[in-house]
Amino acid sequence: MSSDSSKAMQPETFEFSAKNQKKFNTIFAKYPKGREASAMMPLLDLAQRQHDGWLPRAAMDHIADILNLAPIRVYEVATFYTMYNLAPVGKNHIQVCTNLPCWLRGSDKIMSVCKEKLGIELGDTTNDGKFTLSEVECLCACVNAPMMQINDDFYEDLDEDSTVAILESIKSGVKPTPGPQNSRKGGEPEGGAKTLRDSKEAN
Amino acid sequence: MPKLTIDGIEIEVDNGLTVLQACEQIGIEIPRFCYHERLTVAGNCRMCLVEMERAPKPVASCAMPVGEGMVITTNSPAVKKMRQGVMELLLINHPLDCPICDQGGECDLQDQAVGYGMDRSRFMENKRSVKNKTFGPLIKAMMTRCIHCTRCVRFSSEIAGVPEMGTTGRGEHMEVGTYIKKALTSELSGNMIDLCPVGALTSNPYAFDTRPWELKKTESVDVMDAVGSAIRVDTKGGEVMRILPRLNEDVNEEWVSDKTRFACDGLKSQRLDSPYVRRNGKLIKTSWNDAFAAISEKIKGIDGSRFASITGDLACAESMTALKDLTASIGSTKIDCRQDGTKLDNRNRAGYVFNTTISGIENSDACLIIGANIRREAPIVNARLRKRYLTGGFEAGMIGEKVDLTFSCENLGSGTDTLCEIADGKHKFAKVLKKAKKPMLILGQGALTRPDGSAVLAMARAIAEKYGMITDDWNGFNVLHTAAARVGGLDLGITCEGGVASIVDECSAGKIDVIYLLGADEIDTNKLGKAFVIYQGHHGDAGAHRADVILPGAAYTEKNATYVNTEGRVQKTQLAVFPVGEAREDWTIIRALSDVLGHKLPYDTLLEVRSRMVEINAVFKSDDQATGGVWGKFGTKGELESSAFVSPILNFHMTDPISRSSETMAQCTEALFDEGKRNIGTNG
Repeated sequence: MSSDSSKAMQPETFEFSAKNQKKFNTIFAKYPKGREASAMMPLLDLAQRQHDGWLPRAAMDHIADILNLAPIRVYEVATFYTMYNLAPVGKNHIQVCTNLPCWLRGSDKIMSVCKEKLGIELGDTTNDGKFTLSEVECLCACVNAPMMQINDDFYEDLDEDSTVAILESIKSGVKPTPGPQNSRKGGEPEGGAKTLRDSKEAN
Repeated sequence: MPKLTIDGIEIEVDNGLTVLQACEQIGIEIPRFCYHERLTVAGNCRMCLVEMERAPKPVASCAMPVGEGMVITTNSPAVKKMRQGVMELLLINHPLDCPICDQGGECDLQDQAVGYGMDRSRFMENKRSVKNKTFGPLIKAMMTRCIHCTRCVRFSSEIAGVPEMGTTGRGEHMEVGTYIKKALTSELSGNMIDLCPVGALTSNPYAFDTRPWELKKTESVDVMDAVGSAIRVDTKGGEVMRILPRLNEDVNEEWVSDKTRFACDGLKSQRLDSPYVRRNGKLIKTSWNDAFAAISEKIKGIDGSRFASITGDLACAESMTALKDLTASIGSTKIDCRQDGTKLDNRNRAGYVFNTTISGIENSDACLIIGANIRREAPIVNARLRKRYLTGGFEAGMIGEKVDLTFSCENLGSGTDTLCEIADGKHKFAKVLKKAKKPMLILGQGALTRPDGSAVLAMARAIAEKYGMITDDWNGFNVLHTAAARVGGLDLGITCEGGVASIVDECSAGKIDVIYLLGADEIDTNKLGKAFVIYQGHHGDAGAHRADVILPGAAYTEKNATYVNTEGRVQKTQLAVFPVGEAREDWTIIRALSDVLGHKLPYDTLLEVRSRMVEINAVFKSDDQATGGVWGKFGTKGELESSAFVSPILNFHMTDPISRSSETMAQCTEALFDEGKRNIGTNG
């Protein structure tokens, strides 16, 4: 996400681990000959997962090399998508959505609770390296606004209390249940379905 | 052929054109930033919007192909409003720093803002600013000014073939650059400065020097390599401020190499501005009369066989003609132009020029490159080969150093062994050549300056004949020269038995008493023995250091002179500034000296010298025509050495006295050449 990777400690080299090499082969085989460049995005993701959640330049160069592309073509993609982190992030990468629907539903409060609870500002990482807080553009969960993403999971229908609870839970080493944090089930209305309830009977 | 109506004018245009091109055909100007006729269509600046009937929205004319019955409007109030809107958006984040911007006066954004924009902005918020970037010693970047047209990105990946530029980030955070800090390594990178429609990329050496309206523009021809690119020399007072490319579809299209563009600051340093005579081991400034007297003392009464001349790589045809006549009048036949010892001879013109022509490369379908690193020796020819490669159906192979030519070109081998295999038809590339309809080969000086150069030449001729490179309407045999003066010298017959090497040997053996160097700096001047050296040239380079008498001549921007490029194209430079100090146009120096020596040459005006040139070789009658020769025999069959071909040019940025004196070229050498050596570890 951050396109300024100059500050980060860049490793000299990058290689896929033996386990990821297998995954690499699976990914690479999905793309027909002459279209191998399309494997770039899944490979960048693989590299990011291997490398503590961020993409060092060496990994991008390595992928450019494998795909026979100029390195700049990989940099372009990696800097475009916010899900690629070009600087180190904490173990739990908290991304709070602040786009319009979430904002209308109180994302400002969620953000300030996160800042307060973690004691960091936007874009910072806690000293213990456990949390990074960032802002994110719409993640297409507006129906459950406000929401945030922690690593690969969405936490939706947040309020101040549930946000604190999630952060506390992670701190204590227990992974909170993803999804809506109130009584809702998925995108259903609060308190269960409101329409077509007797559709079964009607049939 | 679709018919369409543009602003009420009905026209019929070729299929596959865009609306913008159709508009241009009838003289309607469409403003644009990202569209460039030599680059792919990007369609991202939106400045070329036009109205199309039955289309719900305005269309980008640069990306819209013409169709039957289209009705296009480019002059309606709606179009005017669209353009104003786009212009306003483009200017939102563009700093209004025109007074301190080098592009001012030749800026597309400035011109089009005046022509199509509004007179004020409604944007009250803060403008975005971009952290500045470094692109090496040639290009000065001011990326806040960038409007993201991506012309430079497309140029570097398409034309130059060195994809280093890109767009990183997205949305408001999008930036154009290399992402990692580094100097651009393309030999054509300077062209991005011309392509940039705003002041984001400007010339670094030319920064804050002059405004375009202060410059006097002179159309001329480049001599930094043997391509003879068309250039425009911009001068102010007596100074060459910058050099820009000029359109010549047959040679350089609209590109020039970085050396052509940036070596011009070498014209201001190390110049010979007055005659010098060596007295007691020291060169003393003197007058023309004294210098001529010193020469006359040595030459008068000399036996012709003890006098020799060598013409250099930047010498014009006029001065070579005069020196050839002077040498003959003294009674000597020892004059040669082949400083690098190339084994080419001038028996047959087809045997020493680039017969296919540079634009002819586009008709070829297979190419064998022998002993030439074309990217370093002639970047413009390399760009044309890449252009041909990109259109598809083109196979290329090279024999020589393993280098990246920016297009797919398989390295077939390093030396003559591979050449023999191809000649015998045993090599797999032989099949490619056999199959090709219009195969060509390019023979570089790296293959010809060797002791067995003549045999390599004969072998190349055999390959050309065997694989159908020579037909009635196609000549695929090409010699790539590195010296601007070489083809002219060969055309004028400036060759002697044994070449420059034998002249130098005779000097060190004491068989030659007086040697005349006409800008000859590439020879080993330590080997000239006790010979009395007359050096005529414009820079204090190797030749001048050894000289006993220095006659200051004119550089290529300071004379009306003829050069013949590697294709055999006769081109003329024009005087842009006067020679520095006491220096004179070269042929006039030799003409004046001949009078002092009592062998007065029979020409007093430039026209008379030029008619003398035509007398020697009728080819000089032509102007800007690539005239090859009739195919015949050349080269001598002989034993081939099995060593590898090595390109004569190691450092692209420093090849001649002008570029060696250039500070900009020195910076490039430091940034790219020395850095490269460190990277590949050949520097100890």
